[in-house]
Amino acid sequence: MENGQIRIQVKSLNLWYGEKQALENISLDILTNQVTALIGPSGCGKSTFLRALNRMNDLIENVRTEGEVLFEGINIYDKSVDAVELRKKVGMIFQKSNPFPKSIYENVAYGPKIYGIRDKKSLDEIVEKSLRQAALWDEVKDDLSKSGLSISGGQQQRLCIARALAVDPEVILMDEPASALDPIATSKIEELIFELKKQYTIVIVTHNMQQAARVSDYTAFFYMGELVEYDITRKIFTTPSIKHTEEYVTGRFG
Amino acid sequence: MNRHFELELESLKTILIKMGSVVEENVNNALQALLEHETGLAHKVIENETRINSLEIEIDNAIIDLLALQQPVASDLRFIIAAQKINNDLERIGDHAVNIAESDLNLLKIKPLDSMLEIPKMVVTIKLMLHQALDSFILVDPKMAQTVLETDDQIDNLNRSMATEVIELLKSDKKTIECGLELIRISRNLERIADIATNIAEEVIFYAQARVVKHHAEEKR
Repeated sequence: MENGQIRIQVKSLNLWYGEKQALENISLDILTNQVTALIGPSGCGKSTFLRALNRMNDLIENVRTEGEVLFEGINIYDKSVDAVELRKKVGMIFQKSNPFPKSIYENVAYGPKIYGIRDKKSLDEIVEKSLRQAALWDEVKDDLSKSGLSISGGQQQRLCIARALAVDPEVILMDEPASALDPIATSKIEELIFELKKQYTIVIVTHNMQQAARVSDYTAFFYMGELVEYDITRKIFTTPSIKHTEEYVTGRFG
Repeated sequence: MNRHFELELESLKTILIKMGSVVEENVNNALQALLEHETGLAHKVIENETRINSLEIEIDNAIIDLLALQQPVASDLRFIIAAQKINNDLERIGDHAVNIAESDLNLLKIKPLDSMLEIPKMVVTIKLMLHQALDSFILVDPKMAQTVLETDDQIDNLNRSMATEVIELLKSDKKTIECGLELIRISRNLERIADIATNIAEEVIFYAQARVVKHHAEEKR
C-alpha cells in the first residue's frame, strides 16, 4: 500500500452484540484526505465497523468492544474520551437524510450553537461556508428560512452534509449516503465526495460496488465480521490479491 | 455532471495525443532518414521505440482503470474502446517506423539506387494520412477521418506499382537485388502504416458518430 498519513488507526478491534461477535480482530489504517470504502454483503460488519469509528455503537444496548481505535493518538474507547466531542470531529451522514424539522439555516447553525457560537455574523458565515462546501448554497441561498424538509431528497442529504461540516469535523463517516437517491442526485453526492476529500478524511459504506469503485481511493472488503482484503481501490477492482474478493467484486457470490 | 470522470477521460486523451505525436515524429524521422540517407536519424528512431512502448503500457493501465472503476457507457464507452484500439494501432505504427529505420541502415551499407521509384510519392501521402488520422482524433472530426479512408487506395496502388517496378529492375540488373528487396520491405511497411492510419480513422468515426465503417459494414446492412 502507498504510504500516507494515518488519520485513524484501528488495532485488533473486536465487537460483540450480546453473544454474537460482529467484528473479528480488525486492524486497518484510515489515511488522511483519502476516501476509504467499506464493501461486503449484508451482515458482513461494514456498518458496524463504520459506527465503531465514532462510537455510534455506544447507543446500542449489549455492545461490547475490545481493541483500539486510535484517533489523534488516543484510543477513542478510553474512559477519558467524551463521545460527543469525538462525534464533532468524526461526523456521520446516514442512509436516510434526516434534517431537523427546522429551517435550512437552523439545521446548519444547530451544531455550532450547541458548541457555544452565538454571534449572528459568525453563524451566518458558518452557514454559508458549510452550504457552499456541500454544493447546496446556490440552490437554497434565496430562502434559507425554508424548512429543511421541504427540499428534495438529494438536497436534504447535502443539507445533512452541510450540517456535519458546520462543526468543523476532520473525518466524515458516510453510511450508504446515496442509496435512497436517484442517479442524478447520487452523482452530485459522488462529485461532492471528491471535493470534500481535499479537506476531510472520508469513510463510506456502500452496497453499490460501482460507487465504491468510482469514489474511493482505498477499499476494504469485509465478510462475516472479518476484514478479507484492504488495498488501493484500483487494485481491488482490477487485480485483487484474494480469491474471495475477486468472487465478490465480480458478482460471483454475496 | 460527473466532472471528475470527465477529467479522467480528458487526461486519457492527452496521453494518447502525446503517444500519437511521438509515433508521428518517429515515422517522419524514419522517412527523412530514408530520403536523405541520415544514419543518425535512423538510430534515433530505433532508440525512441522504448518510449512508445512505455506509453502504450501507461495508456493500457489508464484504460483498465477507467473500465473497472467508472463503468463508462454510450459515447464515453465508445471513446475508451476507440482509445484502446488507437493505442494498439499507434504502437504497431511505431514498429513499422523501426522496420523502415532498419532498412534505411541496410540501404546505407549497400550501393543505393539513383531512384527510390514510387517511395517518395508514398512518403508524402502517408505523412499526410497519419497526420490527418491523428488530427481527426484530436479534433473529433469524422469528416477528416473520412478523407483518410479515401486516401488509402492511392497507397495500395503505389505499393503494387512498386512491386512491378522492382521486379523489372531486378530482371535488368542482378546487382540491384539487395537494394530492390529493401525497397520492397520499405514499401510494404509504408503500406501497413497507411492501413493502420485508416484503422485509426475508422475508430474516430466509431467514437464520434457510433458508425462502424470498417469492412464495409454499413453497405452490408
